[in-house]
Amino acid sequence: MTTIDLGLPELGGLAGVPTTDEPQKAKDYKSDQEVRWCPGCGDYIVLNAVQSFLPSLGLKRENIVFVSGIGCSSRFPYYMNTYGMHSIHGRAPAIATGLAVSRPDLSVWVVTGDGDALSIGGNHLIHTLRRNVNLKILLFNNRIYGLTKGQYSPTSETGKITKSTPAGSLDHPFNPVSLALGAEASFVGRALDSDKKGLTEVLRQAAEHRGSALVEIYQNCPIFNDGAFDVLKDADDAKRRIINLEHGKPITFGVDGEYGVVRSGFAGLEVAKISEVGMESVVVHDATLEDPSYAFALSRLSAQDLSHTVTGVFRNVKRTTYDDAARDQVEKAKAAKPADLAALLRGKDTWTVLSD
Amino acid sequence: MIRFAGDSGDGMQLTGDRFTSEAAAFGNDLATQPNFPAEIRAPQGTLPGVSSFQLHFADYDILTPGDRPDVLVAMNPAALKANIKDLPKGGILIVNTDEFNKRNLVKVGYATNPLEDDSLADFQVHEVAMATITIGALEETGLGKKDAERAKNMFALGLLSWMYHRPTEGTERFLREKFSKKPDIAEANVLAFRAGYYYGETTESFAVTYEVAPAKLNTGTYRQITGNTALAYGLVAAGQQSGLPIVLGTYPITPASDILHELSKHKNFGITTLQAEDEIAGIGAALGASYGGALGVTSTSGPGIALKSETIGLAVMTELPLLIIDVQRGGPSTGLPTKTEQSDLLQAMFGRNGESPVPIVSPRSPSDCFDAAMDAVRIALTYRTPVLLLSDGAIANGSEPWLIPDVDDLPDLSVEFATEPNATDGSGEFWPYVRDPETLARPWAIPGTPGLQHRIGGLEKADNTGNISYEPDNHDRMVRLRQAKVDGIEVPDAIVDDPTGDAKVLVVGWGSSYGPIGAAARRVRKLGLPVAHVHLRHLNPFPKNLGDVLSRYDKVIAPEMNLGQLALLLRAKYLVDVMSYTKVQGLPFKAEELQDVLADVIKGVGA
Ligand code: SF4
Repeated sequence: MTTIDLGLPELGGLAGVPTTDEPQKAKDYKSDQEVRWCPGCGDYIVLNAVQSFLPSLGLKRENIVFVSGIGCSSRFPYYMNTYGMHSIHGRAPAIATGLAVSRPDLSVWVVTGDGDALSIGGNHLIHTLRRNVNLKILLFNNRIYGLTKGQYSPTSETGKITKSTPAGSLDHPFNPVSLALGAEASFVGRALDSDKKGLTEVLRQAAEHRGSALVEIYQNCPIFNDGAFDVLKDADDAKRRIINLEHGKPITFGVDGEYGVVRSGFAGLEVAKISEVGMESVVVHDATLEDPSYAFALSRLSAQDLSHTVTGVFRNVKRTTYDDAARDQVEKAKAAKPADLAALLRGKDTWTVLSD
Repeated sequence: MIRFAGDSGDGMQLTGDRFTSEAAAFGNDLATQPNFPAEIRAPQGTLPGVSSFQLHFADYDILTPGDRPDVLVAMNPAALKANIKDLPKGGILIVNTDEFNKRNLVKVGYATNPLEDDSLADFQVHEVAMATITIGALEETGLGKKDAERAKNMFALGLLSWMYHRPTEGTERFLREKFSKKPDIAEANVLAFRAGYYYGETTESFAVTYEVAPAKLNTGTYRQITGNTALAYGLVAAGQQSGLPIVLGTYPITPASDILHELSKHKNFGITTLQAEDEIAGIGAALGASYGGALGVTSTSGPGIALKSETIGLAVMTELPLLIIDVQRGGPSTGLPTKTEQSDLLQAMFGRNGESPVPIVSPRSPSDCFDAAMDAVRIALTYRTPVLLLSDGAIANGSEPWLIPDVDDLPDLSVEFATEPNATDGSGEFWPYVRDPETLARPWAIPGTPGLQHRIGGLEKADNTGNISYEPDNHDRMVRLRQAKVDGIEVPDAIVDDPTGDAKVLVVGWGSSYGPIGAAARRVRKLGLPVAHVHLRHLNPFPKNLGDVLSRYDKVIAPEMNLGQLALLLRAKYLVDVMSYTKVQGLPFKAEELQDVLADVIKGVGA
């Protein structure tokens, strides 16, 4: 499928948002509210990473807005010394869309979770991605409902025993990256809460991208789903399981980089031992491929049991954003026709009643 | 009063529309009432497929599209069957005989041809082979038979135009413009229109023609306007008068979609229209835009309000301006999408979790939608609150002459955003929930304003600081403050229409029943029975003088197209024994029936 070129100028992700020369520190982004997540919650690390990362953008703080839905992670805006709205369950992408469309001078971030974004708010998520609204969506995936105290979520592995599924959950889970790519998101990335460096790199690329950027963050919930991502945190285990993507580099992993990703069957990808297939067969990652099938194939390498999981930026392509195009229509209409209210009200067919 | 009825593919709405324009151009006052099937294309020639358009025009000012037509134009047996019961004895019936064949008659259950038995003996029946004559008239144009036959609605219009001495230039010009890309079709329609006109002139069967003199209206320049268009124009004007960009976030739904269609044409006024993925996203985008300092608007009908309720609650909590338009239709559930009803009043009033007060404004006629929309925006902006505007299907699609307002006379709706810290403790902070002492509105501090960074949301707020608070006394105080803010909204006093000043019975109405109630009141007064009429635009809060007004009368009666929703509110608030008269048929009241109801009540009180 080709993208229709609307003839709009190419812009950076933050074009139009006022910058400042004043140096900023992470603490400038901390609000005066006491952070109230459970001790050890992965949300703390992500908050910290975001607060450390934002100063590097050099934006005026008052032009940054965080919009969230409902869930543990959706408390995020209260802890940021920016503008923010803690809205209602699942609706943050819709609210942020209205804000982004009407205010090109804002950097708008959505904070959501696996339940918020993929269950109750699934519709808004896919449509926001399809439209390519200039929003950065941070999806905290802890594979459980935390705020309501421990029911399975749409990313929980099948058979999950929880309060609401004592005999095991029946549903097949979503892979959020696959879902986003199915909606043809122009930017999709994944990172681990504990990997500050990897997370920051994905955030940086997301911020620079003009359009919707979905960043899935694996986040540990020590209270209701502790250790969900532990296999990715043990140093050796992680090397065998995590396939980290870097644009322009061959996709290799393993304790000694002994594994690689190679083509398989009809448009698929699989993991192979490099010693068996040869380095020349290993796929060189290209996040800018127009066709989302390649990134989709990459996302399918992640398994429910995390035997493999792919991190980094899957896809990063240029496509006109909905908000830029919507503003362009308004500006063109204004230039073409003056806003003459009296003429509008009068219309074409009038008649006049005279006094007699 | 004329009703055009035919198959929904016969172009009845277009025919009615043109006749309306002719009448308006002539200076008659008029009111119209379209009635179309729910299905986009119901099977041809069947009862569900009947589409009609009723027009009332006269030389006095008209309040309703009229109850019963004087003339019925029936294009096929289905149209005849669906509408004949409304034609009074002695009424004129014009039928298109070409469609009265066996197959069509059987389709709608006529055992014998009504044109051949004596079932239509009470009416003045004119049988005209409209399709045949139209095809004949277009023979020389070289147009195919099928295309030629389709112009028969213009033949009907031409015939009616002759009967009522309507000017014809406007219609001919309109047809040429409408089909400017297909000049042969345009000429065919003009020819068919003229053929109808000449048919009337040359045929003896139409012995009488009617001349209706121009109506006496207030001086000024008029146009014809439908409710949905007037509502859209009210929003455009509100955007101009407030200096705010408008963002309409919405989802298509009958009968509200025309508001989206209309506004999407006026981007040059700084209007953005966003057709969202669902009703919830529509209002979400509108609220997001309001948060950013635009005027957020969402438009829908009853089922959509159900879906938007949670976001309306968020707007109540975050105290942001937002306009929610509900063009009511028959309910519950999907109900009667193309029919009218006033049954969303209690939903608008109470249909959210928690104590969640929302002001309600309701227009009473198509042209009144313009003023009602501007007034609703005034309330939203002044009091930083979501406002519900309750229109309905009858108003939305109905039309009437509108005295075009002078733009210089429109109210100023400009607002000021917060720019400075406002903490009352000298800390130099910004507190988002410090209230204006008069309006109780909170400051509107939009993102991008330096130094005023703050967070809002759906959790309960601490008074003043706006931080999250679970404190019992604070919650009690905030619930009461939000209620007090809405209760304190300034709305004009209710005006009582009681020409003789000695009425003992008061009739109270709201919304689109203004026309039939007003017409019924006039009729009973002519019979020497005094009655007072109050029509409410503001349903929450009610006008301050309403309690006094209600208590002045021996009897208060409230006719509604629901099961007594306004009556319930009035009884609860004012402890007045309001009588309810209700009808829920998906159709407006008829002046005739309300006349009987009022007359009975007045006579009862007088005795
Ligand atoms: S319940 Fe889990 S996700 Fe929620 S705050 Fe506690 S640890 Fe974090």
